[in-house]
Amino acid sequence: MNNEELKIKLTELIPSATFEEGAEWITFFVDSPNWKTIAQQLFSADGLNFNYLFCLTCIDWKTHFTMLYHLSSTIHRHTIVVKANLDRINPEIETVSDIWRTAEFHEREVYDLFGVIFLQHPDLRRLFMTDEWEGWPLRKDYEDPINMIKL
Amino acid sequence: MFSLEGVTNFIHTWLNNTFNPTLALLFEFVIVGLSVITLFAVLGLVLVLMERKVSAYMQIRLGPNRVGYKGSLQTVADTLKLAMKEGLTPDGADKFLFNLAPFVVMIVAMLIMAPIPFAKGFQMWDLNIGVLYVSAVSSVSVIGILMAGWASNNKYSLLGAMRSGAQIVSYELSAGLSIISIVVLTGSLQISDIIASQQNGWWIFKGHIPALISFVIFIIAVTAETNRAPFDLAEAESELTAGFHTEYSGMKFALFFLAEYVNIFIVCSIGAILFLGGWMPLHIGHWQGFNHVMDYVPSSIWFMGKVFFLIFVIMWFRWTFPRLRIDQLLNLEWKYLLPISMFNLLLMTLVAIMGWHF
Amino acid sequence: MYRQTEIISDYSKVPSTGGDLGEAGDLVINIGPQHPSTHGVLHLVITLSGETIKNVEPHLGYIHRSIEKMCESLSYRQFIYVTSRMDYLSSHINNHGCALCVEKGLQIEIPERAKVIRVLMDELTRLASHQLWWGAMAMDVGALTPFFHAFREREAINDIMEETCGARLTMNYIVPGGVMADLHPDFQKHVKEFITLFKSKIDEYDELVTGNIIFQNRMKNVGYISKNDAISYGCTGPTARGSGVSCDIRKLYPYEVYNQLQFDEIIENSGDCFARYLVRMQEMRQSLSIVEQLIDNIPEGDFVAKTKAVLKLPKGEFYSRVETARGEFGVFIVSEGGTTPYRIKFRSPGFSNLSALNHMARGHKIGDLVAIMGTLDLVVPDIDR
Repeated sequence: MNNEELKIKLTELIPSATFEEGAEWITFFVDSPNWKTIAQQLFSADGLNFNYLFCLTCIDWKTHFTMLYHLSSTIHRHTIVVKANLDRINPEIETVSDIWRTAEFHEREVYDLFGVIFLQHPDLRRLFMTDEWEGWPLRKDYEDPINMIKL
Repeated sequence: MFSLEGVTNFIHTWLNNTFNPTLALLFEFVIVGLSVITLFAVLGLVLVLMERKVSAYMQIRLGPNRVGYKGSLQTVADTLKLAMKEGLTPDGADKFLFNLAPFVVMIVAMLIMAPIPFAKGFQMWDLNIGVLYVSAVSSVSVIGILMAGWASNNKYSLLGAMRSGAQIVSYELSAGLSIISIVVLTGSLQISDIIASQQNGWWIFKGHIPALISFVIFIIAVTAETNRAPFDLAEAESELTAGFHTEYSGMKFALFFLAEYVNIFIVCSIGAILFLGGWMPLHIGHWQGFNHVMDYVPSSIWFMGKVFFLIFVIMWFRWTFPRLRIDQLLNLEWKYLLPISMFNLLLMTLVAIMGWHF
Repeated sequence: MYRQTEIISDYSKVPSTGGDLGEAGDLVINIGPQHPSTHGVLHLVITLSGETIKNVEPHLGYIHRSIEKMCESLSYRQFIYVTSRMDYLSSHINNHGCALCVEKGLQIEIPERAKVIRVLMDELTRLASHQLWWGAMAMDVGALTPFFHAFREREAINDIMEETCGARLTMNYIVPGGVMADLHPDFQKHVKEFITLFKSKIDEYDELVTGNIIFQNRMKNVGYISKNDAISYGCTGPTARGSGVSCDIRKLYPYEVYNQLQFDEIIENSGDCFARYLVRMQEMRQSLSIVEQLIDNIPEGDFVAKTKAVLKLPKGEFYSRVETARGEFGVFIVSEGGTTPYRIKFRSPGFSNLSALNHMARGHKIGDLVAIMGTLDLVVPDIDR
């Protein structure tokens, strides 16, 4: 499916989505509370079948977080990017680790480095940092005078 | 021909003429004890070096080549290093058993030396149940390994020891059965009788296919019994770091290491005695001329040659094959080797009764 | 972080850290961080019932350097070199992925010669990586000799790399716009020598290990992962291709000159360790054929495109992916228009492949865990980043 058809199909499926222009792949924002249901639809809807989550990450925009999900389909070979904005004070989003198993580790990574809470995640704890580590290293306001070397 | 028999007889008569019989026996004990310990040390040095050189050639390396001529003193240097290291006993280990275990393994290896004839007339104790004695005593070594694994208070050691226990107990069966198949042919458990029966040819040639089968099974089973690759599950370096001797260091580790090599030597000499005629030169039936030529080679050379050939084969296995998994290891024994060797024993009995062997 | 190493008698006393630890009487042992089969500092806490694995839980972070954070203060020319330290066995391909992403942002067209050189080096790196994997994996299942045989041929590749790039492991040969220096005059000669050498050696590899009955028993029906699970766990590279997933980036989303080359995407369908093993063995032959196709056809011309001294990516998000020896390596750059990236995410293949380890190893023996880890070809700095 090419990008135009995909966009039409996605608009039908998710009316609330706001599309971003000018990117390589179709990129759209969803509201974080709706994310889980949308993810399920993306995974199972005919003609979409986004069964492969190849990248899951988060960006700290200083005012808010943006979660990014790079989704692809091994059947139809199309790719989309889903974004969800999160509140910076209380970043919470529903987990997708039951839809795409790879998300379990990736979400733990994001939790570890950004402090985003994934609701209903089966095993949400620090992944790289030690259990007693304080702070969220990849946030822009993270300061660690001992371990961080400023260039 | 040159024979060590003269030397032993000379010492025996001289001692008996000079001292009273009891004292002479005591002196003989001391001499034998000393020579066994010396043999141990020498065997350890030679076999470790041999293993390293063999593996080096198989792995396109040079092997040890710095200490002594072409690295010949490497093992001496290693032993010195090990002797100077601290023999740590881990906290929480069962101290008594932990320290006892290497000695148990060592003593067992020493005991099996007794009935082995290194040359014609050069045997410590030619007891009438020699073969039975060897297989009985060798199974005690598993206790030493279990002791070491249990007393170390380490999970890797425990797993290694349990594997080793399962392995040695199972493979003893087929090793025993293949030994018995030769005993069936000779009709005697005494080692000198077994060797004498190969006067006109080795059993591996005389005994038709059943002898060949039991030889192969014997080699497989003893490789497993000595915990050598591809059956080295007890130490399985990539799975259990070092298995049952993970926690051992210094001289206590060296004893395990040495016992492994001495055990290889022993099982190979048993194999050589049973199937390849021990010190008996290669004789072929009634070819008198050929047999005479063969007799010119000293019997000790024959024995050592055969043993070291078998040791080389076992080393060859180690540096070629991947390791089996524990369930595959037990399957191999209980599903294949044991039934085959049982059937083979029946076949051998038939051969012996009908006199089909040469 | 560490869990007590004793037999759990009362499960309620163990501090709950999530995960399925098992029940009373299970044996919990730590494999790693220092262990002969983890090839680095991977720490696995495994729960055993006898010899059977009930749960495998990776504990990561022993060499987590937070490369993503470091890159946020490095310029677009500098950050490429940090990525060599992630998957050190395919460092050239990592560099390649980063350079592609920067070039995508800058929209530079790079010279043909640079493209061919990059692909040649990629394939040589892949060969070297697979050779090391082959030796190390054979060592994991207990055959010690293949390791030395593999290193003998790997040495030849490393010498070629050293001659042209100046380094043997972390090449740092790629710059945005091309490569750092032209090929060494002897490059073609040495590569051709290597091709002749390796063609006979790869058959030797097969003879020594592939056909061995013990080896096949250790590999077949071990560590099975189905096609759907492999996709769901985000497995890529030979791990996924062993389960029948078509995921070779070189074929699906060709970059550089891959669309002009003749090579097959190797797919096996049985999904066990042996399938993954076969995929990698055949990939070596494919890589060799790619090198053969290119070595006589290196176009003349510049080896690097003219770029500004200070690179500034336009505002936006850029994602590029390459196929490393372990799978799909993705680079995601968020730019605010400055000289340094605002945020970088590296999608490393090892991290996703590792997440499937528990799924694959559960119910097998300890020996199998080692074999599975061997065929996943884990490189710990790639996982930890």
